[in-house]
Amino acid sequence: MIKPLKNFTGLVAPLDRPNVDTDQIIPKQFLKAVVRSGLAKGLFFDWRNQPDSQFVLNQPRFEKATIMVARANFGCGSSREHAVWALADFGFKAVIAPSFADIFKNNCLKNGILTIILKPAETDAIFEAIKQHQDYRLAVDLPAQKVTDDFGWSAHFDIDPFPKRCLLEGLDDIALTLMQDAKIAAHESAHPVPYKF
Amino acid sequence: MAAQTLFEKIWNSHVVHEAPGEPALLYIDLHLIHEVTSPQAFEGLALAGRKVRRPERTFATLDHNVPTTDRSLPITDPDSKTQIDMMRKNCRDFGVRLFDLGEVEQGIVHVIGPELGLSQPGMTIVCGDSHTATHGALGALAFGIGTSEVEHVLATQCLWQARPKTMEIRVDGKLGLGVTAKDLILGIIGRITTDGGTGHVIEYRGTAIEALSMEERMTVCNMSIEGGARAGMIAADRKTVDYLRGRRYLPTGADFDRLAAQWLTFHTDEDAKFDRSIHFDAAAFAPQVTWGTNPGMVTAVTGKVPDPSSFADATSRRAAELALEYMGLVPGTPIADVKVDRVFIGSCTNARVSDLQAAAAIVKGRRVASSVHAMVVPGSQLVKNEAEKLGLDRVFREAGFEWREAGCSMCLGMNPDILKPGERCASTSNRNFEGRQGKGGRTHLVSPIMAAAAAVAGHFVDVRDWASN
Repeated sequence: MIKPLKNFTGLVAPLDRPNVDTDQIIPKQFLKAVVRSGLAKGLFFDWRNQPDSQFVLNQPRFEKATIMVARANFGCGSSREHAVWALADFGFKAVIAPSFADIFKNNCLKNGILTIILKPAETDAIFEAIKQHQDYRLAVDLPAQKVTDDFGWSAHFDIDPFPKRCLLEGLDDIALTLMQDAKIAAHESAHPVPYKF
Repeated sequence: MAAQTLFEKIWNSHVVHEAPGEPALLYIDLHLIHEVTSPQAFEGLALAGRKVRRPERTFATLDHNVPTTDRSLPITDPDSKTQIDMMRKNCRDFGVRLFDLGEVEQGIVHVIGPELGLSQPGMTIVCGDSHTATHGALGALAFGIGTSEVEHVLATQCLWQARPKTMEIRVDGKLGLGVTAKDLILGIIGRITTDGGTGHVIEYRGTAIEALSMEERMTVCNMSIEGGARAGMIAADRKTVDYLRGRRYLPTGADFDRLAAQWLTFHTDEDAKFDRSIHFDAAAFAPQVTWGTNPGMVTAVTGKVPDPSSFADATSRRAAELALEYMGLVPGTPIADVKVDRVFIGSCTNARVSDLQAAAAIVKGRRVASSVHAMVVPGSQLVKNEAEKLGLDRVFREAGFEWREAGCSMCLGMNPDILKPGERCASTSNRNFEGRQGKGGRTHLVSPIMAAAAAVAGHFVDVRDWASN
């Protein structure tokens, strides 16, 4: 079960690349974990562990970031939920991008991480603002579906009502499904298992 | 009733519950699991005191991190061993059938589903793996899920799903000699880009698709996710029925015929509408080679490494620069001049019997270049046994290839099969992401025959020049 997501204000870390895949977010060696916790050490491991790496999360000014802004198609590739567990373990509560890969977006929702889709021009504005302001922060208001900075800039984002409710209320979706048990059982009795054992 | 697409027919027949403003609760016919994305799901079940709702619709295999060397030896990587032991324990505790190492059914999850007759037309199929789209080749709605969703399906045999959009990719005409299903799907991804299918389920149609064998259709559907689509599908036809007849988990006789008749009802009606439609001419595709760090960074073998300055926008230019830097490639270099150190023939994309047959035909009577280390990893034990019956193992071994046991192997390098930093690999797998096959490794995605030819030549060659003589 996920914790309800409250309104928050967070430091924004820029990752200026399109098509960031989940192999980059967490490389394969960390997929041998059998628990969900402690995966921050694997977050962007290869990019953080190059010689003299200037990778954004290695810079002291972004150590406390809780929001990441990236380019289009963030989280593409493998379905590994470890990518989301690693982001959450590092402290991220939201990722902003012009688009997200479908499986990654679902995995975020299951872990209480908000994926915020903004227009490319709006993400451009955030990348630019981070260059200009040392501690660039955004306030995230999920009920109002809005992000706002300290300088009067804001942007609206769309989110479907169901994921919004799940995030705000921290719903246990298995319990929600089990409320439909009679309908599931009815479907099952009408559709026998088509296997020979 | 209004005309429906294949997707809509499967979706509508699996909605258990739906309310306005909510996603649909979809019944899942088949749940496939493997050792890497399931431990935390079983942990969640155990903590909540829940059971697996339908063990008879749940099947497990070991594929992602298993060694492909001698199976009689112990697994030396302690973390891999822990995951494998945990899969065995979870399957025992929760009553799930596991295809364990040493069993004939073991293999890559997306190879064994179809070959055992578990994956069937008209089904909803999920697995904690993004290449689950493969099973769509049988006319099923199959897609990858995360571990939380794995837990949800284990507990309820259902999933909450927002209805995706539909996308038709129609390919008419004939693929040229030496142009394979892999080249077709790589070429399509190059054209629609890696997020062209996001939010959509793709149905591949047209005369070129109908002409593909079942295994070729699996290659095409497999890489739907590389085009951004969670699922890709091809309607079942007589070929599908013939492929499935006699498979291990399917009933026989009249029971099979009844199932087959149902399967053939799952097809797109003549007047059905797709949210998007794209058409291609099969004759326009040449053998493909990726040059960058995502599958959309691809060109024909007759092409050159592109110049980043040729890209329209700043973000794409920068992405191309970073990709070429990582790949160690100079703009303008002819693809055929790119030398390879390693060749990997394997993965859920291209490790079925017909893939190995085609590659073997190229290497037969030839030798792997002395500078190249080449290996073949069959997709499953059944594929391995069949290939050995056909003598393909001998052809590969005599040419200088290693012949391995079944598993995911160097597609993602979770087992000991990895590239060293800087090594360049012609690979029949599905992802050329940075570090995918080993930190610092450089992956070029190609078809099995292109990989086989590169192994012999030591660099990429246009396999059409070999196919014609």
